[in-house]
Amino acid sequence: MQPILQLKQIRKSYNIGTSIETEVLHGINLSLSAGSFNALTGPSGSGKSTLLNIIGLLEPPTSGELIIAGQSTQQISDKQLTKLRGLNIGFVFQFHHLLPAFNALENVMMPSIIHQHLEKYKAKKRALQLLAAVGLASATHKKPNELSGGMQQRVAIARALMLNPPLVLADEPTGNLDTQSANDIFNLLEHINQTEGISFLIVTHDLQLAQRCEQGFHLVDGQLK
Amino acid sequence: MQSWLILAGVTGGVAIIIFLTQLINQLQGTIIDRVLASQAHIVMRPAEETVLRDNKPEAITAALIQQRGQRLRSIDQWESFAQLAKETPGIKAVSPLATGPVFARNNLASKSVVLMGILPEDYLKVVNMHRYLVNGRFDVSSEQTVIGKELAKDLGVGLGDRIQVVSESGVVQNLTIVGLFDINNKDLNKRWVFTQLRLAQSLLNIPGGVSSIDLTVHELFGAKVIAQRLSKQTGLLVESWMETNSGLLNALSNQTVTNSLIRVFVVIIVALGIASVLVVSVVQKQKEIGILRAMGATQQQVLRIFLMQGAIFGSLGSVMGVTLAFGLLSLFATIYKSPDGSMMFTAQLDPNLVIMASVVALLVGILAALLPARRAARMDPVQAIRS
Repeated sequence: MQPILQLKQIRKSYNIGTSIETEVLHGINLSLSAGSFNALTGPSGSGKSTLLNIIGLLEPPTSGELIIAGQSTQQISDKQLTKLRGLNIGFVFQFHHLLPAFNALENVMMPSIIHQHLEKYKAKKRALQLLAAVGLASATHKKPNELSGGMQQRVAIARALMLNPPLVLADEPTGNLDTQSANDIFNLLEHINQTEGISFLIVTHDLQLAQRCEQGFHLVDGQLK
Repeated sequence: MQSWLILAGVTGGVAIIIFLTQLINQLQGTIIDRVLASQAHIVMRPAEETVLRDNKPEAITAALIQQRGQRLRSIDQWESFAQLAKETPGIKAVSPLATGPVFARNNLASKSVVLMGILPEDYLKVVNMHRYLVNGRFDVSSEQTVIGKELAKDLGVGLGDRIQVVSESGVVQNLTIVGLFDINNKDLNKRWVFTQLRLAQSLLNIPGGVSSIDLTVHELFGAKVIAQRLSKQTGLLVESWMETNSGLLNALSNQTVTNSLIRVFVVIIVALGIASVLVVSVVQKQKEIGILRAMGATQQQVLRIFLMQGAIFGSLGSVMGVTLAFGLLSLFATIYKSPDGSMMFTAQLDPNLVIMASVVALLVGILAALLPARRAARMDPVQAIRS
């Protein structure tokens, strides 16, 4: 099966050209096949978030090649990069990062509005379906601050799925939740992976949850073990 | 909260600009109208008589030259000058006058007055005396006169009574009073005695002549230029209202300059207000901006959001500002009245002014939002989310 994501010799350095230049990623090679369910673990400061940001096209690597959905990201314009990111990658952050001024439904519709991906009524229909799928059919018109942490994370997951991306990156999606809610969220992600065939890369500290994934990557000091 | 502050700022700014401008324009209009309604915009008079000097090199010139006294003289060939004035573009009406000093008498009372010899039809086009009549009609002939109400009081006469007009050379003419006027100027009410041009010519001893030609123009503030042009063409002494009322004109133009200054500062202050509140809001919202960018919003989209915010503040503020200005004008119109109780001004909005103020508010909104918007658009999504 064709990989959805490929990293070839990805390196990342900060403060380049200064006396405090530090390389945080030392040549990462990684491949995720389409429809796979993956975990990325590692101690704090190992470079997990940096790697996730590079995969999510939020930060450029210092060197190396990144191929996403068959397209290399070397030498493409900022605008194309933004589009590639928007259409192919869904994000779920540790802190839900919902827009406080909008209700759950509008937050879920936001990616579609930004990319003018669907007509409004179709976008609304899909957003309602997604909210129902994450178990929030009754909370569509609530603002983020009226929802519990677990519910907010569910809204964020629904939002990540709005444009039907082939890959969803989740940065400690359960890190801020109690065990029960964390388990529920993880079950939900697993369910979506199985029913929709969307690939997941989940950064987590929880080794128990990581073990439930098909494939696990362990990052230590900027290198995969 | 921030949005309300910005909106209040724009509303206040627009309201102040419209209100002040409208107030000052209308008051200036009223003042000019009142001052100029009873006088000609341009007056042509004979050139002053001067002492002729001998230009021969050997001639001796006295160190002190006594100015010649100016006698009442007629404008030479005034008909052709009046015709020339009539044909000059920008001139609305032309009225020849024979004016000079006479005595007005009734029994024992005798007052020194100014005899105004006019062609009624022409003069009414220059000064609409009907407007100032308090009694009778403005029907001047060789036996009928119209005088001011103060003079009538001084002489102890009324409508239908007769007065005597005595010229410098002692010629006496009886005139029946057919009208009394009040032109809001006590001095003129005491002095002006209207009569027919031909009668005045004979009483003042300038047969067939006129002492001045009064003109009105279409464009008030073009009077000076026209006066200068006529002066060059005719060699006569031609003065516009802008020279005879230079003090008033100065005051008005100072007021206009002050108003412009206030407007400029209000615009600057409003712009700074919008910009500073938006800068703060960009900093506060950087996380949301980062999320939007992570979801695939382009820099242009983020830029547009903030510019649109500025534009919305500008346009909403101008609508509210116009409403507020109208309210203030209505309030002032009822509070401020002229001494005679009539309205000093009406609560009207000049559509051009409203459009101008709204366009300025919109532009200021957008321009003020430009800096914060660029800052938001250039924000690094990773930094924004992490912070």
